[in-house]
Amino acid sequence: MDSRAGKSNWLLLAPLYLFTILFVALPILYMFLLSVLTRSQVWGVEFDFTLDHYKRILEPLYLNTFLESFRLAFLSTGLVMLIGYPYGYFMARMNAVWKKRMMLLLMIPFWTSALIRLYGWIIVFRSNGVLDQVLMGLHVTGKPLKLLYTYPAVVVGMVYALLPFMILAVYSSAEKMDWTLVEAARDLGASSFRAFLTVTFKLTLPGLLSGIILTFIPSMGLFFIADILGGNKIVLVGSVIQEQLTKGRNQPFAAALSAVLMILTVLMIRLYRKITGTSRLEGLV
Amino acid sequence: MRRKKWPFVYVGIITAITYIPIVLTVIYSFNASKISSVWGGFSLDWYGELLRDRDIREALMNSLLLAFLSCLCASVIGTMGAVGMHRKKSMANETVALFSMLPIMIPEIILGMVFLSVFSLMDLPFGMLTLVIAHTAFCIPYICSMVNTRLAGMDRSLEEAALDLGASRFRVFWDVTFPAILPGILSGAMLSFAMSFDDVVISIFVTGPTVNTLPVKIYTKLKTGVTPEINALATIMLLVTILVLAGSTLVGKIKNSRFT
Repeated sequence: MDSRAGKSNWLLLAPLYLFTILFVALPILYMFLLSVLTRSQVWGVEFDFTLDHYKRILEPLYLNTFLESFRLAFLSTGLVMLIGYPYGYFMARMNAVWKKRMMLLLMIPFWTSALIRLYGWIIVFRSNGVLDQVLMGLHVTGKPLKLLYTYPAVVVGMVYALLPFMILAVYSSAEKMDWTLVEAARDLGASSFRAFLTVTFKLTLPGLLSGIILTFIPSMGLFFIADILGGNKIVLVGSVIQEQLTKGRNQPFAAALSAVLMILTVLMIRLYRKITGTSRLEGLV
Repeated sequence: MRRKKWPFVYVGIITAITYIPIVLTVIYSFNASKISSVWGGFSLDWYGELLRDRDIREALMNSLLLAFLSCLCASVIGTMGAVGMHRKKSMANETVALFSMLPIMIPEIILGMVFLSVFSLMDLPFGMLTLVIAHTAFCIPYICSMVNTRLAGMDRSLEEAALDLGASRFRVFWDVTFPAILPGILSGAMLSFAMSFDDVVISIFVTGPTVNTLPVKIYTKLKTGVTPEINALATIMLLVTILVLAGSTLVGKIKNSRFT
């Protein structure tokens, strides 16, 4: 390439370079720096190196919050996987017309505000709400269950918010699959279960794994679901970070919590890349 | 192969469940009773209430402006960057590309925390400016990945042919590259707009005391209790979503291009 072309290329790249360095890379570095600084008495930070914030995370109170967040994330991801994998798989097997219809049906809730969809669940779960009335009408239970502001309500909210990511990820990898391979396995005498396990499951694994990443990572940060459907009973890492920033005015501690969360996230993405063997990050988007 | 019924039944049941909260929200938006567990007859009161609510209207305007501005900034920065990186691969480019993707790969809460501390360090006034910067950051990855897909499927010899025939670099971009990647830019922009319009977590951290976005407003309302007004708002937003989706499918059908 001649030097003129190189120059025009730089002009194209300059905005992205500038923005990414200024508003993504440096801020993330600042977060790590902040996490080892001392909180000043009034507002802001003092440049005194300390590892106290990381030590504080190991206190039972915060350690439990991390464990609780992980438990909820694991549970939600597991359920999303169980529900979403067959869904995406079956959708990929439908004919073109049904595929389009299902995609549209899937997209409508996906494009509707997450908060508003959550609000619908409040109507369902509220004491004497729709679910209570249906269950009481069917004489399954005698009195209102009061499901709102309980753990199951939060799990439902999480699964509901994250399900589309899993379905789309599984669907896109199942759609690309060569179904004649399954037929070949069947022709060679494999049972349908065996054919599924050795052929289909293996070939859709990248979609499943990317679905897991796309559910697990956001599920640790979605504090507003736990907030709205769980009341103040379920405290997640996300809620602690928010509280430390706003009420606690403790930026360094919030930074340390975020840093730990960030490291865990990066480790998980690396694991995904190792298993699937794709070094291309686009597989995640 | 034999066609089985139960996959359809399974997909049907799950889809029906996902629509329960949406359908209920729509039904209860017409409920006359203030206590939403009781059906008090049909009424349009909550829509009237909503129209009179100044705060909601202001928040809606803010959200639309924010989504438009960040979508625009991200489209320009993201498209230019993706094209530039496609032309020349280098270590530096790969690193920047990796970092530019981070905002949608890490939990949103981290991004919110990071922006809050950096903006207060830079002494930027919290409000529309900080919102636009933060939203642009998480919109760029959508644009970049959509444009990248288009660029990867593009025939490079077309650009080279135009260059050989004496077109300037700018002409080549404008007449050859741009039309080829336009569908990618548009679907990326649509996704960005939706993501920005919907964002709660990051907005809560970077919004100022005077500027409220619609999701932040709804969030505070939901935290303080249930207001039937929200039902009416949700119904209207749902209607807009369906109209936009139907519109884009129709446009897709007319142009006979792939709908993403």
